[in-house]
Amino acid sequence: MLMKLLSGDAPRSRVLTVILMAILFCLAFAPFLFPGVRSVDTAARICVFILLVASYDLILGYGGIVSFAHTMFFGMGAYGVALACTHMERGFGALIVGASGGAILAALIAFLIGLFSLRVRAIFFAMITLAVASAVAVLVSQLSGLTGGEDGLTYKIPRELTPAFRFGKETFGGEILGVKTNGRLLAYYVVFTGALVLFLLLLRIVNSPFGRVLQAIRENDFRAEAVGYRVISYRTAATCISAAVAALAGALYAIWLRYVGPDTALSFEIMVDILLMVVIGGMGTMYGAVIGATLFVVAQNYLQGLMGAASSAVEGVPILPDLLSADRWLLWLGLLFILSVYFFPTGVVGRLRDGK
Amino acid sequence: MSRVILQTHDLTVRFGGHVAVDHVSCGFKTGELTAIVGPNGAGKTTYFNLISGQIPSSEGRVDLNGRDITRMSVSQRCDMGIGRAFQLTNLFPNLSVLENVRLVIQAKAKMGFNLFSMADSHAEITDRAVAVLDKVKLYDLCEEPVSVLSHGNQRKLEVAMLIALEPLVYMFDEPTAGMSVDEAPVVLDLIAELKAEKDRTILLVEHKMDVIRTLADRIIVLHNGALAADGDPAEVMASDVVQEAYMGKELDNV
Ligand SMILES: Nc1ncnc2c1ncn2[C@@H]1O[C@H](COP(=O)(O)OP(=O)(O)OP(=O)(O)O)[C@@H](O)[C@H]1O
Ligand SMILES: [Mg+2]
Repeated sequence: MLMKLLSGDAPRSRVLTVILMAILFCLAFAPFLFPGVRSVDTAARICVFILLVASYDLILGYGGIVSFAHTMFFGMGAYGVALACTHMERGFGALIVGASGGAILAALIAFLIGLFSLRVRAIFFAMITLAVASAVAVLVSQLSGLTGGEDGLTYKIPRELTPAFRFGKETFGGEILGVKTNGRLLAYYVVFTGALVLFLLLLRIVNSPFGRVLQAIRENDFRAEAVGYRVISYRTAATCISAAVAALAGALYAIWLRYVGPDTALSFEIMVDILLMVVIGGMGTMYGAVIGATLFVVAQNYLQGLMGAASSAVEGVPILPDLLSADRWLLWLGLLFILSVYFFPTGVVGRLRDGK
Repeated sequence: MSRVILQTHDLTVRFGGHVAVDHVSCGFKTGELTAIVGPNGAGKTTYFNLISGQIPSSEGRVDLNGRDITRMSVSQRCDMGIGRAFQLTNLFPNLSVLENVRLVIQAKAKMGFNLFSMADSHAEITDRAVAVLDKVKLYDLCEEPVSVLSHGNQRKLEVAMLIALEPLVYMFDEPTAGMSVDEAPVVLDLIAELKAEKDRTILLVEHKMDVIRTLADRIIVLHNGALAADGDPAEVMASDVVQEAYMGKELDNV
């Protein structure tokens, strides 16, 4: 049963299994384990990024396709929800319309990009995605009447998912383990469940006959074609699926944040983050997305604070406080990235699997 | 009973000014094993590439079962029944030996777009792959990634993948190249076995004359891209063209 859920793809390393189970446990009970606005927010962000990075791993790690438009697809889902919530009647209908509209649009654009460029050369595809993504980012900031431009959009999600909505007053006094049972708690579980289900779906896809074909194409597209697989169709299909799932991750993010803007859903910085996460975690493993996203988001949220504390601790020592100042966190992250790529070229997951 | 299944008409390709395959018209019958010989650079592999579609032809036509396949893509031709094993080993290096063969059978079963089932849950596909691997004596190495295999075993796998495909036309391009004397017979026996089954159309590029003598029903000779001789093995081998083409040339492969 469990293996079926995982599509027969076990973590294949004891340490990795323990780490994954710990992450799953922490995310599943985050609101109770780490009460507090900031930590629950971090947990939700981790859920969204695990899904986003996993969808990227489908094309990069399994398909061997480099795309720079993944944030754009993410943004389509996020803006889809934002626009639907802005222009439609408040309710779950708007969420569904926004999310599915964003996913369909993302798949459609991925299809068009794939059709025109995957035929030629993988590198050409990468360049086209970069161009299209930049164009869309500019477009979104220009069309401020529709998209809110640089300021982004703030909108209302269904009341049932907001802090103002309280439930369970009579049955369990409006609290479970000291955590208020409100709409925010529900919203977290919408994000968590959505991300979990879609992640398991991706895990199934990479272990399906289709997933095997993708790996074959990554390994040797010439031979894959010669045994009868129409390479372009498979690459295009993978890109569409990946784009649609990225859009759904964006939709979950939009539901959680109740705000979208270029910085949260479209910026090229997010694209770089995704690349880092997938590489640190381990490409072509799916579980790498879990590890990479968790490490990265936690570091992003807490490294700064930690460094600030360290900086004040070494006050008086020359240079050190400067190096440790919170503003330098990206520098350290970069260093960490270089080291991890150097020492774990197959990512954390690859490393753990080798060293069983 | 035997009829022409594959026919090339004036098939030609030019690379710049160099004519690598020069107006080759030749038919291949079902149940016939045709050996294709010629010195290095004669255009044998290129002729194969034109038939299986890796290289577009400059001129001429390829017909399979009376259907023009000249404009079809490689995968379409494969679907139509053109099967190919490569001279330079051409596998999926980081996938397991079993997976390499499984992928071929899965392609044939048109399961590539099956997204939601587990690949390993299709026992009929896996069983077929195992049976083929057993035939080429690679079963013990099933789980190994291809990249760790010896050259000889990789050659065997190359042949196994073509056999797993069960095409209408089998094209072997120097299947035993670089194999040791005790490994080569496994592959040659397999080809002999295929030939013994009726209705197999086999094209075999081979340099070793003893192999050709035992296996071939017919020999065609390519020389500078053109068809220089075509006919009964004994006759062709005695002919002047072959003597000339191979004069002073090492016949065993390198
Ligand atoms: N893609 C290509 N571009 C340019 N020239 C090519 C190309 N492919 C083959 N040739 C040339 O065409 C000629 C025929 O090559 P081919 O590989 O078909 O010979 P062959 O008969 O298979 O030789 P061998 O016995 O060495 O395998 C050679 O001169 C080769 O250099
Ligand atoms: Mg050759």
